[in-house]
Amino acid sequence: MTSKKAHEHWDLKIRPSSPLFDLHLKDVWNYRDLLALLVRRDFVSFYKQTILGPVWFFLQPLLTTVMYVFIFGRLAGLSTDGLPQPLFYLTGIVAWNYFAECLTKTSSVFRDNANIFGKVYFPRLIMPLSIVVSNLVRFGVQFLLLICMLFYYIYFEGFSIKANIYLLLLPVMIFIMAILGLGSGMIISAMTTKYRDLAFLVTFGVQLLMYATPVIYPLSTASPAVKGIIAANPMTPVLEGIRIGLLGKGDMSMASLAYALVSSLVILISGIIVFNRVEKTFIDSV
Amino acid sequence: MDHVIEVSGLSKLYRLGEIGTGTLSRDLHRWVARAMGKEDPFLKIGESNDRTRKGSGDVVYSLRDIDFSIRAGETVGVIGRNGAGKSTLLKILSRVTSPSTGEVRIKGRIASLLEVGTGFHPELTGRENIFLNGAILGMRKSEIRRKFDEIVDFSGVERYIDTPVKRYSSGMYVRLAFAVAAHLESEILIVDEVLAVGDVEFQQKCLGKMGEVSKGEGRTILFVSHNMAAISTLCRSALILQNGRIDFSGDVHAGIERYVRSSKTSTGVVDLANARHHLCNFSKLRSVMLMDESGVVTSTLFIGNPFRLRISFELFEDVRNLEIGWCINNIQGVTLVGYVSPWEGFQTRFDKGVHEVECMVPFLQTLPSTYYVTVWVKRMGEKIDDEVERAIEFEVLSRDLNGSVTYFDKYVELNMFQHSSWSQINSSAS
Repeated sequence: MTSKKAHEHWDLKIRPSSPLFDLHLKDVWNYRDLLALLVRRDFVSFYKQTILGPVWFFLQPLLTTVMYVFIFGRLAGLSTDGLPQPLFYLTGIVAWNYFAECLTKTSSVFRDNANIFGKVYFPRLIMPLSIVVSNLVRFGVQFLLLICMLFYYIYFEGFSIKANIYLLLLPVMIFIMAILGLGSGMIISAMTTKYRDLAFLVTFGVQLLMYATPVIYPLSTASPAVKGIIAANPMTPVLEGIRIGLLGKGDMSMASLAYALVSSLVILISGIIVFNRVEKTFIDSV
Repeated sequence: MDHVIEVSGLSKLYRLGEIGTGTLSRDLHRWVARAMGKEDPFLKIGESNDRTRKGSGDVVYSLRDIDFSIRAGETVGVIGRNGAGKSTLLKILSRVTSPSTGEVRIKGRIASLLEVGTGFHPELTGRENIFLNGAILGMRKSEIRRKFDEIVDFSGVERYIDTPVKRYSSGMYVRLAFAVAAHLESEILIVDEVLAVGDVEFQQKCLGKMGEVSKGEGRTILFVSHNMAAISTLCRSALILQNGRIDFSGDVHAGIERYVRSSKTSTGVVDLANARHHLCNFSKLRSVMLMDESGVVTSTLFIGNPFRLRISFELFEDVRNLEIGWCINNIQGVTLVGYVSPWEGFQTRFDKGVHEVECMVPFLQTLPSTYYVTVWVKRMGEKIDDEVERAIEFEVLSRDLNGSVTYFDKYVELNMFQHSSWSQINSSAS
């Protein structure tokens, strides 16, 4: 009897814990339709809920750019590497927004979806993935705005760019931003479900991190002592790289980009592992 | 037949008290104890989950060493009082949370309905929500597309399918949500009291759909409900949980009887002091009490059994022509049958003071469902002096009346049962 049972085939075994590296990626693939529908939901509901709708996508980076030009450009007089200030800041803002949104939204994914997570099973990883993809759409729209501004500067202000090979690296840059935001967001989400007060630190932390990334200043102006710290930030080569590709000026080497890619992948994988650990018992602590 | 669900040694424990503060130190404490090879200190103080007693430890077992197995095609009703561990069991089976110890083995696809309309977004249309909700429940897009018409048809909201669901009435919302769930293609279906919402007609339709599914397609169903009538018509076997342990497992009728007997409570007695009264010129109703044939106070009765209603009232003066009456209403408020004291030649002379009378009904005629009793007192031929509507609520459970299984739930439009005898007069068999 017992020996017969051992050979029986079971489709699913629910146990207290599963192997550390069982990432359920096959499960995630099976639910790919859900991912697409969630992205659609985010978009449709955003479009329907606000009066300004998609205009908001443009307004937010534009207003921030105006503010940065005034504060950091005029008042503080920070260098922009000789690039037109609006272009310089908008590039930084659009890229940083994408990363920051991925990170903050992912970090609160358990809290935001406690209701659904408590009622039905699906691979929890779908939720953060849908955040990254939804924000990618938003990033695309804002990127278009950036391109428009770039053309304005080329035709009306006589700004000349040297079209360069770095632009081809753009998909890699976006990929790094996505997985870095996703990975660190998931690690934080795991910590905040356990020790809630950490949630307050996230927005603050992201803001601090922005100043440790060349968003409002070029890496080239940083003093050698600080440069080492800033270069350790995987977001640094990404921002500098996007600037080289689009505007022709930046401080990025292939080695630093490789470093950013590898460290982001490490953060992503540890994020998934931590996330999968937490998702099993999270609902008990709500 | 083969087992499709096997549960062995399943336990689930919860920490009580504040989460967040002190958790870090507790984690360290646990970790240190483990590292030193001692037993986990927080597993040790676990005790059975009796909410009426305050535990000494702050760790509680919601489920403790549960073992059971379910065969393919079985419909099992999970019964238990609040806090007995029903929801925890369903949550573990539907993988919303994981067990502390033990193992569950499952064959086939499992779909769970702990709530209808999970993930419904108010801004999206009915059509969009069908797809979203279906995907959340584990359906592929192609699968939903294939069943789309059937789902819309079942829900009966085709006119509003392209309207955002925030404009739906709550009934329509539930209909649509349940329709999606009812069309899940899974070998095992787990249903938690989702039928507690929605109108009665639709509830019956859902019960019918679920029954059809389990009998026709060999689907296995685990059904949790407080509605004993629903459980007794839908399920063949029952699992009773009590304080996190299995109290009973077996035939549904035996199970329900056991549960009903163990849960005889004061709900069979209702004090009418705070109820809405009528004129009360000379009388006031004080309480009503429902009892089964053996005199045990209860609010659950079986169809066809004798039962009694005790009415207590106060008269402010001597009354020479008093009439005491009561009637049974169904959930929709339709009065089905009435019982009036003078009709049976009961005394009409009552002195000033408090009185208690008992009315015995030899055969409970109403079909399995929930009913209300309305009680009144008046002078014969005059206006009602005191009346309490919905004075007491009771539930009628099904039982085999003629030694054969009777499916009362198929006759939604019928309310009452009365014995009748049948004979053949003529036949022309060819």
